[in-house]
Amino acid sequence: MSKVFKRIYTYNFLLPAAIVYTVVFIVPTVMSFFFSLTRWTLFDWTFIGLDNFKTFFQEPSLSIGFKNTLIYAAVTCAAKVVGGLLLGVFLTSKIRTKDYLRSVVFFPVLVSTIAVGIAFSMMMHPTTGLFNTALAHLGIEGPDWLGDTKLALLSVAAVDVWKGIGLATVIYIAGILAIPEEYSEALQIDGGSSWHKFWNITVPLSRPATNAVIILSFIGGLRSFDLIWAMTRGGPGFATDVIASIIYKQYQGGFYGLATAGNVILFLFVTAIVYPLSRYLTRNEVDL
Amino acid sequence: MSRGLRKFSVETIAVLASVVIFWVPLYFVLLTAMKSAPEASEMNLAWPSKIQLWQNIKNVVAFRDHMLLRAFWNSSALTILSLAAMVVVCSMAAFVMQRRNDKATPWISFFVLAGLIIPPAIVPTIWVLNEIHLFKTLIGLVLVEVALGFPFSVMLYRGFMAAIPREIDEAAVVDGYGGYRLFFTIIFPLLQPVTATIIVTQAVFIFNDFTNPLYFFPGAKNATVQLTLYNFTSQFVSQWNLLFTDILLITLPPLLLFVFFNKKIVAGMTTGSVKG
Amino acid sequence: MSKPRKFLAVLSSVMLLTGLLAACGGGSSDKESSSSPSASGSASPSASSASPSASASASSEPQEKVKLTLLVDNNQDTVVYSKALVDAFQAKYPNITIETETRPTGSEGDNFVKTRLSTGDMNDVFFYNSGSLMQALNPEQNMMDLTNEPFQANVIDSFKPTVSFNGKIYGAPVGSTMGGGWFYNKKIYAQLGLSVPKTWAELMENNKKIKAAGITAMIGSYKDTWTSQLIVLADYFNVQAQMPNFAADYTGNKAKYATTPAALRGFQKLEETVGYYNKDFLATTYDAGLKMLAEGKGAHYPMLTFAVPALVQNNPDKMDDIGFFAQPGDSADQNGLTVWMPGGAYIYKNTEHPEEAKKFVEFVASTEGVSVMSKVSKPSGPYAVKGAALPDDTPQVVKDMLPYFDNNQTAPALEFLSPVKGPSLEQITVEVGSGKRKAAAAAELYDQDVKKQAQQLGLSGW
Repeated sequence: MSKVFKRIYTYNFLLPAAIVYTVVFIVPTVMSFFFSLTRWTLFDWTFIGLDNFKTFFQEPSLSIGFKNTLIYAAVTCAAKVVGGLLLGVFLTSKIRTKDYLRSVVFFPVLVSTIAVGIAFSMMMHPTTGLFNTALAHLGIEGPDWLGDTKLALLSVAAVDVWKGIGLATVIYIAGILAIPEEYSEALQIDGGSSWHKFWNITVPLSRPATNAVIILSFIGGLRSFDLIWAMTRGGPGFATDVIASIIYKQYQGGFYGLATAGNVILFLFVTAIVYPLSRYLTRNEVDL
Repeated sequence: MSRGLRKFSVETIAVLASVVIFWVPLYFVLLTAMKSAPEASEMNLAWPSKIQLWQNIKNVVAFRDHMLLRAFWNSSALTILSLAAMVVVCSMAAFVMQRRNDKATPWISFFVLAGLIIPPAIVPTIWVLNEIHLFKTLIGLVLVEVALGFPFSVMLYRGFMAAIPREIDEAAVVDGYGGYRLFFTIIFPLLQPVTATIIVTQAVFIFNDFTNPLYFFPGAKNATVQLTLYNFTSQFVSQWNLLFTDILLITLPPLLLFVFFNKKIVAGMTTGSVKG
Repeated sequence: MSKPRKFLAVLSSVMLLTGLLAACGGGSSDKESSSSPSASGSASPSASSASPSASASASSEPQEKVKLTLLVDNNQDTVVYSKALVDAFQAKYPNITIETETRPTGSEGDNFVKTRLSTGDMNDVFFYNSGSLMQALNPEQNMMDLTNEPFQANVIDSFKPTVSFNGKIYGAPVGSTMGGGWFYNKKIYAQLGLSVPKTWAELMENNKKIKAAGITAMIGSYKDTWTSQLIVLADYFNVQAQMPNFAADYTGNKAKYATTPAALRGFQKLEETVGYYNKDFLATTYDAGLKMLAEGKGAHYPMLTFAVPALVQNNPDKMDDIGFFAQPGDSADQNGLTVWMPGGAYIYKNTEHPEEAKKFVEFVASTEGVSVMSKVSKPSGPYAVKGAALPDDTPQVVKDMLPYFDNNQTAPALEFLSPVKGPSLEQITVEVGSGKRKAAAAAELYDQDVKKQAQQLGLSGW
């Protein structure tokens, strides 16, 4: 980079963000990492080295937690990428109800997670819930969406997608609209089909959007907690425990050092997956 | 089947699907909000024997000395201040982060990603805020929200900054623009669609935030809207009808904001001479 | 100066290049006058001796206006009786106003209270659980010692240990005791000609008959997981009847659930109830469970009697159909009730108005305060204040508990005798109650859970 541009892209632009972020986020986080090496009651602490980490890995439901976390992240992320892209293309095409549909798809994003969790738990009630009463009208006996240990996690994941797909769609819409018109005009002159356009222009050139959606929803999935907590509390029993809910339960129990150690482990786990992924994705971004 | 007809039928299916997938849950919420407490706890789609939506709204608003009205005020103030700070701070940061590429870049990226991954540490944050005399102040809470929204916003801004050709910068520099002028007069306006996206999404996150206000901005006078939800789901005596009325009321402002901004997004696109 | 603060001070001075924290940061952080560090904690004259007794207070008017803040949980019932208490208190002491603040219930609330205390920012008076939860608040550092207050004379003795730490009493009772046992629907009992069981075998026999009659024998409300623990927790009277030293041994890591037959029995009893629950018990909420009980859609509901205010609120016309009995043991001559103590009112150690705060706590623990409360909130058992009689309109279901108290057939729940309680009990009992885990395996898993908790609390011997 030339000297001129070093001056133009001065790091001063970063300063305000860096100050706020460092003071309010990084400093407390570093402090809390220290506490992961202690037995901490919030009132006093005793240094115990790596004992918390040992204890954390002895957690009986941890293996379920890791497995569930990965399944949940993969399922929700894939659904949001595919669904978001298709909806994004559909909602940037020439249709009359575009405004209405955009609003409707985005609507669930606006509702608080707690509210969504409460409402869907009620709708998934095995006997009086909306889903199973509708199925009963068709003569099908619906499953116990949240009580069946095999199904519960996927039920929550479906609600997560319902709630989150609007955000993915909006990111895609903005991404697709940022693609300069020249490309599709050139293609039109060559007489390509719309399918052709989708595969050869929209998909590669909306890469930044795809990357953003993948990273955000994958991290969101790995860290997912709010919705699972609102709908199943990790239950029945330990069936839908994810790492974040295990940590939260330790936090609830007042095991602050242990929960912090859990957060460190979760952080390392997510970083180990996401950081290479994000490097890989951004390397392949097409420069326009 | 002609192309027009096919398009039309796809569109019809989409609209119908939207009704089933998105309106039915909303209808359920609305229905429950219209019932009396015993009927609401049935959790079904039966039409209420007597509609008492207005009564429920009055109850919810009057609850705990009109806590909800105060909560609306607090949440709105928090949201607006946080957004203003966030948009400026994050777009500036993203500009440099995307345009520069040197030794520091991977580190900066790493710290940003870390912010997405690590849950905030509540107690140490309180200590730090206390230290800088911002604990229990709205400003302190705004800083927390900005810090927590920073990674997400920067990621979006960065992603779309990549789509703005560098030739623009170069042309501006040739014309003698400095960094700030280039950014604020040329780049920032081009980011309008993303800014709109961020405003809408972050507004929702902040408006619906429960934990942070609870810890960083405590006090009876400082309730935010999500805290009101907790008032109706007390552990032992739940009143589903009031709970759902509350859900309905606190979902309205973000919804209106979106309807308003949705047009803005589209307008922003068209002025950018992009055919939406 | 406490350890985390010292650590923080060092770290923050490095990081933020600012001065040290004021040690033991006093109550209000918005006070600009930098009081000298030591003054904030001990500004009040040593409490016990100097306080004028309450009877003399009327003569010392007029006094300056004082504002106290009170923190209570946001459970509807708590909010209602707190408001009644505050209103009555303010009428009695016009110079004191009390501003009430609410917090979440459950463990979210536990964390809230701990965070407040540890950041030196607590309300003057706060209502909080007694027993093992109170032990975790570091009372010596955070609460005012109320051992020598005159009002302790009105408090029943069995309550005091539940708000004590190292031999000092830190709280006063708020409200009434509760029983943990079985609610039952009297109509169903009458219809099938059943009688209240005195042994576990009789109870299961009743369950069989009810099920055979095509009625749901037991109500499960496992959507609210905490409700699944009742059978195990309410069995403690029976454990103590056979093993008087269990609590002490358990705290000292000498007795385990899995290897103590009397204690394991609670898990076995829970396992025996598998198959008697309503079909949708995993999706049923506590609320819905109460409704089923009141409407006779289920015969038995193991629950704490704090459900009474909710029952009265939602089904006032059905109160005569609901009865209550203690969870029976294996022999009829040892039949008694496991009792939960009311929560406590505590005073923040660094309050700026200790005298006024004490007046309020004293009011809460007086017969006058109790009668104010009983007007707006139905008691769930006998009061923990001496001479506070149950009001005449107390529901029969609460009166069903009285014989156990009168005959001295009660034992406090384990959480009031031992600080040890594993956080995963409710998940484990959900698994047992839904037939996914056997009693013995569950008890072992719970013992592991308890070990983790005891180690985290730093108890000796673990």
